Amino acid sequence: MMSPADTQLVRPTTSTISPANRWDHFLARWGVDRSGHRVEPGLYALGNPTKDSPVFVTANYTLSFDALRSALAGVDGYILVLDTQGINVWCAAGKGTFGTDELVHRIEVTQLGNVVRHRVLILPQLGAPGVAAHEVKSRSGFKVEYGPVRANDLPEYLKTHTATPEMREARFTLLDRLVLIPVELVFVLLPMLVAAVVLFFFNGWLSAAGAATAILSGVVLFPILLPWLPTSDLSTKGFILGEVMALPFAAAAFLGRPDAASWSRVGGALTYLLAMPPVTAYLALNFTGSTPFTSKSGVKREIYAYIPTMAWSFGIGIALVIALPLIRLLRG
Amino acid sequence: MFNSYLSNTLKYNPELCANCGMCTDVCPHGVFAPDGNAVRLVRPMACMECGACQLNCPTGAIAVDSGVGCATAMIFAALRGQKEATCGDVVQPSCSSGG
Repeated sequence: MMSPADTQLVRPTTSTISPANRWDHFLARWGVDRSGHRVEPGLYALGNPTKDSPVFVTANYTLSFDALRSALAGVDGYILVLDTQGINVWCAAGKGTFGTDELVHRIEVTQLGNVVRHRVLILPQLGAPGVAAHEVKSRSGFKVEYGPVRANDLPEYLKTHTATPEMREARFTLLDRLVLIPVELVFVLLPMLVAAVVLFFFNGWLSAAGAATAILSGVVLFPILLPWLPTSDLSTKGFILGEVMALPFAAAAFLGRPDAASWSRVGGALTYLLAMPPVTAYLALNFTGSTPFTSKSGVKREIYAYIPTMAWSFGIGIALVIALPLIRLLRG
Repeated sequence: MFNSYLSNTLKYNPELCANCGMCTDVCPHGVFAPDGNAVRLVRPMACMECGACQLNCPTGAIAVDSGVGCATAMIFAALRGQKEATCGDVVQPSCSSGG
């Protein structure tokens, strides 16, 4: 346990990712104990640093800390871990916890000025929305240098201390999107099961599968297909994906009752075409929180433009789900 | 309205620019580029309003209404009657999962 005197301590660390670290990363990706993946804030020594070794700053989220130290294999340096309450650099910068105040405070409590002779800090570029470099300089004497977006580019960056435009660009690769799926899945699992079970008893397996498909399309297929779906807005991309996924269900509903009246067959098909796409679109709209490119004003416009359509489409679809069996019953 | 991202709140006054280049360093979408005596706004539409350039501009040449471009946070803030959406008010699945 920490005592006040320990705050000056420089803890040793390595660039090795152990099986225990990997297990921790796995749990974090699945949303287990979401705010519990923390590193003790403070100063860490990587390798055998001297008074002239570089200082890297990161968040006290294990995925952030581990990405940094593993990227620095073979580098002797210091890692200054800010207390961001177990939140990654980008999100913590947005909240301000990866920020000027915490950085200046952490420099003071670790007495960094006595540990190193130089006055330069290397920060992750995505920490910049929380840190005012000129203010850090005037308050602590340390010059902030923004390194690359991705820790993996640090070895290359350290050769010249300048980042190429590629290193400065936030990307959202297939892999970046894939690793987000598990936690999205965990969040929708219970509502999806409830919806599927209710619809199964009320309307049969096709409806249950329709609900599950609409939700899974939003949280699994959508992140994967994001750049290849047409249109710019995430909501319309979601509508399109949801509509495509609803087609087989509509066809099955229409063709599954060859002896029924045509209004009954068309109504059954319409249920899927109206109720499924807004669910996928809504989940797609919520994916804006995960992308590194949607602006606040743009997302606001999306909400105003598409939420009413989603609500109407879903409402009419669900009304049909309830009304159709009743009308069929009344008409004998 | 098929593209909600064709405009944003980014404003840049080149007359105040001291040409320190900080905005070109912090922007993850290459919105600014070095050009002679003052940086130039080259990709204004790519701005995601993260606010990094404004915060790191020592001369106040950049203004942007920054905030989280996250529908979950904004919808929940609206439902609660809050004016400003912030991360962490709601647990958005992916928002603390990135590196």
